[in-house]
Amino acid sequence: MLKLDILLSAVANGLMTGAVYALIALGLTLVYGVLHIINFANGAMLTTAMYGVLLAHSVAGIDPYVAVFFLTPLFFAFGYAIQRWVIGPASHGDDNNILLVTLGLAIILENALLAIFHSDTRSIDVPYGFSVIEVGTLLLSVPRLIAFAAALAVALLLALVLTGTDTGKAIRAVAKEKTGAMLAGIDVEHIYAVTFGIGAACLAIAACLLMPTFVVNPRTGNAFVLVAFTIVVLGGMGSIAGALVGGLIIGVVESLSGLAFGESLGQIGIFLLFIVVLLVRPTGLFGAKA
Amino acid sequence: MLEVHDLRSGYGEVQVLRGISLDVDSGEIVTVLGANGVGKTTLNNTLSGLIHPTSGSIRFDGASLVGTPPSAVVAAGLIHVPEGRKIFPNMSVRDNLELGSYRRAKARRSANLERAFAIFPRLRDRSRQLAGTLSGGEQQMLAIGRGLMAEPRLLILDEPSLGLSPLLVEEMFQLITRIASDGLAVMLVEQNVVQSLDIAHRAYVIENGMITIAGAAADLKSDRRLMETYLGL
Ligand SMILES: Nc1ncnc2c1ncn2[C@@H]1O[C@H](COP(=O)(O)OP(=O)(O)O)[C@@H](O)[C@H]1O
Ligand SMILES: [Mg+2]
Repeated sequence: MLKLDILLSAVANGLMTGAVYALIALGLTLVYGVLHIINFANGAMLTTAMYGVLLAHSVAGIDPYVAVFFLTPLFFAFGYAIQRWVIGPASHGDDNNILLVTLGLAIILENALLAIFHSDTRSIDVPYGFSVIEVGTLLLSVPRLIAFAAALAVALLLALVLTGTDTGKAIRAVAKEKTGAMLAGIDVEHIYAVTFGIGAACLAIAACLLMPTFVVNPRTGNAFVLVAFTIVVLGGMGSIAGALVGGLIIGVVESLSGLAFGESLGQIGIFLLFIVVLLVRPTGLFGAKA
Repeated sequence: MLEVHDLRSGYGEVQVLRGISLDVDSGEIVTVLGANGVGKTTLNNTLSGLIHPTSGSIRFDGASLVGTPPSAVVAAGLIHVPEGRKIFPNMSVRDNLELGSYRRAKARRSANLERAFAIFPRLRDRSRQLAGTLSGGEQQMLAIGRGLMAEPRLLILDEPSLGLSPLLVEEMFQLITRIASDGLAVMLVEQNVVQSLDIAHRAYVIENGMITIAGAAADLKSDRRLMETYLGL
């Protein structure tokens, strides 16, 4: 009985972390699906957002769940601007240039964070940091439950925007048929920037959801983004549903393999699964057939 | 309405259009004919802002369109229905049509949707189907329907009959006549010479990136020598 409880709680914890992974992966997969580029600055942008939460809390006493309401638009604007006026113009449609530009951005952000905050690992203290609620026989962390619900809500909202608004439809149109989109009067550079902005906004939301229970140092974001990349490949590059399902699966696998091999080796399970998926189904769970 | 003068355009170093001059007046169907590879699509892409001309002028309703991005060309009412349809395969027929009014005539979207469905009843039947699963003829209708959603002042059709069965080709030309019957100017770019001349008022023939023949469609149709020489009929 006790065994089952431990297992169930590992699954629940995995699902809760997995939802935040999914949120990060959602941004990556959307940007990949529409712009066909991989943004190597994602990790650094997530770290920057986490420090943003830290600063808001330590300097102005703003709760992370309040900070989300200004960090999200701020990161959207940052993402929009950087794509529209830096990555876009610098790339000339050449993937190598995009790689260099986003890698350069990552280096600038990481070093700026190192210079300002040094390499210390930091966290914030919120009164609800260790709150738990009882669900049946399980004790669930309140902030992680909030993160789970919020991440799923954001995924749902994103799906509604993509299917129900003109801008969302334009994003999907540009993803599959750029010339057709241009001839329908869609400003492709604008849509690219909006998509990139959405990706950045997802990172900001993830940062606000993570900070109450996680710690941050100038490289933290990379660990999350590495997992998120695994999810994107697992779910199928460019697939929103794949990112969501993949995120939840990865969260659970990580948690269970942590249980089996010990906490510090939890990510072994992820990479084993990753290799198996690459061998068996290289297009991912929801990916288009090659 | 559309006045093109000495237009030169191409891809990188490759010059495809070597001085094209033509015009389309309101209410006209003008057909632009020419064999495969002479630069018809390049002309359309230049007019709609997908590629920029190296020299020459494009005036639409008196305003220059040179250097104008495609979204602004659409906003001005010059709508280009491209060769190969270029519909959004991952989206429903209805969403495809609605995106036709993304930039222009958005306020009258539902009325125009009804109008498009009235012209192409088959699209109404399939409005929830993914566009990528339509037949070739239906995709062509969808592409034209999407163009009509923007309330074009001038509609450019690039080889709308390409790849259609003879029966459907017939139907397509009838539909084009019908669309143009309420005063919409149409520039019909085709290889299908006989049927295009049948429905057009005037015609241009492009060879090697230049206009070599221009005149009333009826005159070109009766010019046997011309048909033999230039169009291989
Ligand atoms: N994207 C492109 N890049 C380079 N050359 C092109 C491109 N598209 C077309 N061409 C060339 O331009 C010429 C005219 O092509 P096109 O305008 O498509 O002719 P048409 O529509 O009359 O068949 C052809 O020689 C073709 O090979
Ligand atoms: Mg062509």
